[in-house]
Amino acid sequence: MISVNPKGEVWVFAEQHEGKIEDIALELLGRARMLGDKLGVKVGAVLIGDQIKSLAEKLFHYGADNVYVLENPLLEHYQTNSYSKVICDLIHKYEPQIMIYGASACGRDLAPRVASTIKAGLTADCTDLQIGDHENKSEGKVHKNLLLQIRPAFGGNIIATIINYDRWPQMATVREGVMPMPTPDAKRKGQVIAEKITMQKTELPIEILCEHKREKKVNLKASRIVVAGGAGVGSKDNFKLVWELANALGAAPGATRAAVDLGFIDRDHQIGQTGTTVRPSLYIAIGISGAIQHQAGMSDSQKIIAINNDPTAPIFDVAHYKIVGDLNDVIPKMIKAIKARV
Amino acid sequence: MAFNCVVTIKQVPDTKRITGQAMNDDGTVNRGALPAVFNPEDLNALELALDIKDKFGGKVTVITMGLPAASEVLRQAIYRGADEAILVTDRRAGASDTLATSYILSCAVKKLNYDIVLCGRQAIDGDTAQVGPQLAEKLGIPQVTYVEELLTVEDHHITARRNIGNGWQEVKCKLPLLMTVVDEANEPRVPGAKRLMKYKKAKTAIEIQTQLKKENPTASDAEVKQIADTKIKELEEKGLLIKQWDLDQINADLQWCGRDGSPTKVHRIQSVVLTARESKTVEATDNGITDMIRELITDKTIS
Repeated sequence: MISVNPKGEVWVFAEQHEGKIEDIALELLGRARMLGDKLGVKVGAVLIGDQIKSLAEKLFHYGADNVYVLENPLLEHYQTNSYSKVICDLIHKYEPQIMIYGASACGRDLAPRVASTIKAGLTADCTDLQIGDHENKSEGKVHKNLLLQIRPAFGGNIIATIINYDRWPQMATVREGVMPMPTPDAKRKGQVIAEKITMQKTELPIEILCEHKREKKVNLKASRIVVAGGAGVGSKDNFKLVWELANALGAAPGATRAAVDLGFIDRDHQIGQTGTTVRPSLYIAIGISGAIQHQAGMSDSQKIIAINNDPTAPIFDVAHYKIVGDLNDVIPKMIKAIKARV
Repeated sequence: MAFNCVVTIKQVPDTKRITGQAMNDDGTVNRGALPAVFNPEDLNALELALDIKDKFGGKVTVITMGLPAASEVLRQAIYRGADEAILVTDRRAGASDTLATSYILSCAVKKLNYDIVLCGRQAIDGDTAQVGPQLAEKLGIPQVTYVEELLTVEDHHITARRNIGNGWQEVKCKLPLLMTVVDEANEPRVPGAKRLMKYKKAKTAIEIQTQLKKENPTASDAEVKQIADTKIKELEEKGLLIKQWDLDQINADLQWCGRDGSPTKVHRIQSVVLTARESKTVEATDNGITDMIRELITDKTIS
């Protein structure tokens, strides 16, 4: 761990694969910028790979002041041990006060390894990050300007705010889409800090034999309308109605985690804290009770229609249009009304 | 060519079956009111370990850290085929975050001979997926996360296919290693009837003591201890004693355990209070629905 260092920078892990910066890293830079401005410190991006220095410019445009470039042929592909080692060395050298990672497959593999090596804290899947004070009543002490790591917990019955006031850096992971994508400023400039990396092949316990990329089956983030089903849809067969309504509207079909776990639809369609966060013009929630983890991924939708046969379902609290009824009855009526207008 | 596997498992509240009563009035979680289950992906990790044993021989040891009641998931693992089960329980381990938990588990695992450590990808009560990688780091071994298929196991290395979110990757990794296993990896076996009959009386020392205290409310602590010791010895002779370790027995340094060992602290817990927004109730009739769709077309929500 490093000691408490209020002058330390706010860092983002600038995840890149094959020379392309991941969206999540840019989204995180937007929030890091906000946190850095509030704290009056610089924002740093940690860029790791081989021959990737040219990507730094994009990171400046999205809000980084400093880009730490860690290049080595052995760092070309992500590996837990090598990436973790160079990040830990960098943290010890520069002592950032905050470091955030995307909660991607890579970030969720890397961040805990770093946290364990440094003996620092880590909060997974935050839905919000803010700066605030913490009063420790037993010590009679106020810890100023901490990173408030906010996430739903325990089946969504509670929202927990987690802090780390003594073993820094303060670290968190955030899912893609949770933080809005900042508007890039092509005139923004910054400083490249190139680090000398020496590494032996023997330090890599893993060999990547082959890799197969797969396009996501659906682009939920880019859809103007999302039609999502929950466990209340009842069966994979009934879920066809969700698809039909989505087709009628030219919408993307989404689902709750419960519906995915029940096998109604593929995991690519999952919306919520541990899935995709969406902000469409219209969100139609079918047979969705509205657990807070699901709401975390959709409550910013401009209009929400909720269809549920349980009038007390929490989803109705965030809905603009509430329809209490059976989906087998309501959806065909909706499709009919939509088609009648075309 | 036999392999010793250690599987870390967790008893978790069934978050899918949480009801209103699961929350106390002060907004804290009433754990007692929640049904406790075997963390689902830990069953996949156990299945993978049992599969390795079936194919190559060796031993499967399961470890859990938790309250005495967590002995139940150890029995569940034994019914399915685990050879040895260990409960790590200690009041001083309470309030551990993922870092402290992985430290404590690492102290326990270090006491065992292992080639492969297996964990479920994540536990359903926190979904952090942190303890696996952190445990690997504490043990100083490589990690292969999100394993969906173990392809080969050889003397000095394994190959596996791991899910990397937007695709998959095949990797080769040296032994010893730690794997975290996803639910797509396999279909966990159900408890074996013979093993269930044989091991349903398996217990940890603390379970025996608690039960005796309940049965003999007037007996002194010394008396209870005496009867318990006899009973414990009996079970041990029958091979029905589930091992139980406290923090001293695993040589854990207390500064890294429990609340003190946890860098993350809770700043605030808020019960979820949903504030209703301005909304319209739409009748589930043709007229009601047609009016709603017309409104959405007029304001250009639907184009």
